Amino acid sequence: MMLLAAHNLSEFFRETCRFPGFWPEVLAAVVHAVLVAAFFGLPAGVFIWAERKIAGRIQDRLGPTRTGGRFGWLQSLADGIKLLQKEDLIPGDANAPLFRLAPYLVVVASFSAYMVLPFSDGWVAVASKVGVFLILALMSLEVLGVIIAGYSSGSKWALFGAMREAAQMVSYEIPMAICAVVPIVAAGTLDMVELGRMQTGGFWNWLIFHDPFTFLAFFCYFVCATASCKRAPFDLAEAESELVAGFLTEYSGMRWSFFFLAEYASMFAVGGIATYLFLGGWDIGLPIIEALGLKAPGASSASIYLANLIGMFVFLAKATTVVFVQIWVRWTLPRLRIDQVMTTCLKYLVPISCFLFLGAALWPLAMAAGGGRSHWGDPPAVRRLDSASAVQPVQTPLALDEQEGAGRRSP
Amino acid sequence: MTGSEILFLLVALLACGGAVGVVICRQVVWMAVWLMISLAGVAGLFFLLSADFVGAAQLLVYVGGTVVLLIFGVMLTGSAPALKIKTSVAETLAAAGVGVLLLGVLFATVCHVNWSGAAQTVSSELQTNRSLADSPLENGTVGPLGLALLGLRADRSLADRAAPGSAAGYLLPFEIVSVHLLVVLIGAAYLARAKRRLARESTPAEEVVS
Repeated sequence: MMLLAAHNLSEFFRETCRFPGFWPEVLAAVVHAVLVAAFFGLPAGVFIWAERKIAGRIQDRLGPTRTGGRFGWLQSLADGIKLLQKEDLIPGDANAPLFRLAPYLVVVASFSAYMVLPFSDGWVAVASKVGVFLILALMSLEVLGVIIAGYSSGSKWALFGAMREAAQMVSYEIPMAICAVVPIVAAGTLDMVELGRMQTGGFWNWLIFHDPFTFLAFFCYFVCATASCKRAPFDLAEAESELVAGFLTEYSGMRWSFFFLAEYASMFAVGGIATYLFLGGWDIGLPIIEALGLKAPGASSASIYLANLIGMFVFLAKATTVVFVQIWVRWTLPRLRIDQVMTTCLKYLVPISCFLFLGAALWPLAMAAGGGRSHWGDPPAVRRLDSASAVQPVQTPLALDEQEGAGRRSP
Repeated sequence: MTGSEILFLLVALLACGGAVGVVICRQVVWMAVWLMISLAGVAGLFFLLSADFVGAAQLLVYVGGTVVLLIFGVMLTGSAPALKIKTSVAETLAAAGVGVLLLGVLFATVCHVNWSGAAQTVSSELQTNRSLADSPLENGTVGPLGLALLGLRADRSLADRAAPGSAAGYLLPFEIVSVHLLVVLIGAAYLARAKRRLARESTPAEEVVS
């Protein structure tokens, strides 16, 4: 129980286990890194299986049925073992060091996004006050690895794929960032844990239902996020019907699988960001946790832990739903042409997102002028004060000291 | 040495090593890679100093934007002449002169700041103005940065703020810079389109000639 009561892991190591010097921080960092790595690898395994199954059902097939039982549960594992055994090829024309570097860049960019993604109230490896901005910045680094992969392959297909990816990503980042700002304007914070806390207590508190502009911004954000994960209908970088496999043409085996590990992980991360920005974070949708009093002031640390555990599963379910829709869209819509992709972004998404941003900025003023409420549910400012009065640990970006590790391990 | 000091030293070495790599390399692609390492190192330094916002902006603008455009440019320009850069002696000397001058300016600035005094002023000011701007170490630098943009500097005393000319904030310079960037963007788009329009107008004439 000491572990549950401690605010963070490094404090627990220092005060209960009495480790000297900087070892508590190092140990806490290691535990956090291992947990985040587990959550980074998990989506790839689950979603690759889900992708095969859903694709099969949409195309009136069964999908995997034999590997690991009737539903093909072990298909992803079998894929992984097959990829491990493949020969590691580097083309003669390739720039070998850069060719080797590129998959790691993609994976590191995607992995670092998981560091600032909270899995429940306070269960986050690095609690940052600018979490949303930071995670968008980290996710934008993925394109660098893709471009270097395409350039260093020494193949024209790969170069074309990389150039398309660069043009697409640089364009789609703009409407995506503006759409992410729309709920931020309504909430008044960039902290992802704070965003989650503000939206608890029922689905009418979710930021998607805050005003009409956030409602529309969610769909705009979803389109941009799908494009930023280079998923169909925006998978121009890969475009296997035109470019062999785009930037992946020369890759095989483990290096190839790293790109897909990162792709599925960033699909989940994008779903997680959408969950915190629009879909209420770890909130169930009805005030069940509040009715049971699990997180009421004075509740025992075990009941708060239970509430956080439920919250984690709720969050995972929501983010997985977003990923499911991405998979569904991929197997339903045909691929756009590159000029259509750019037109969609520059002629439609950018003006729409600018309009939504302007509307979100003017909405509180219009509501205040009309004498009405600025929010369909409770005003978030009131709930912010409530959550600010609750006990909060000091949050510094480097200390790696939030409760994520503390919660997950049994005492 | 504490753990964070060791980390700071490692990240600072990474940033400096990347910068040296940019200067030494002859191939443009490798320069871009070293530049990426150096800029990411600088972002890491910002994170270590609890300046999350500046660090994230560094990643988004420089690593995710500038370096991507640089490699994009390298890919577009193709192979032979642009891939390798050769500098003449005069260029090296001029660059070294500018570098030494910049170092001198930075060194003089660093020497002129009274670090312990400044830190004390900031912390005492922050304690008195806690409701105005939360402590940057506990709550990040976003709030103070936003307030400074509007002219409410958390590190200045109320008397300093009341003095004429000090409360202007950075909103006007910020807007001027952003309008300037917009002008550059529209100008670039116009130039790029004008060339294409000329080409299209000239095609019928060529057909007549042929």
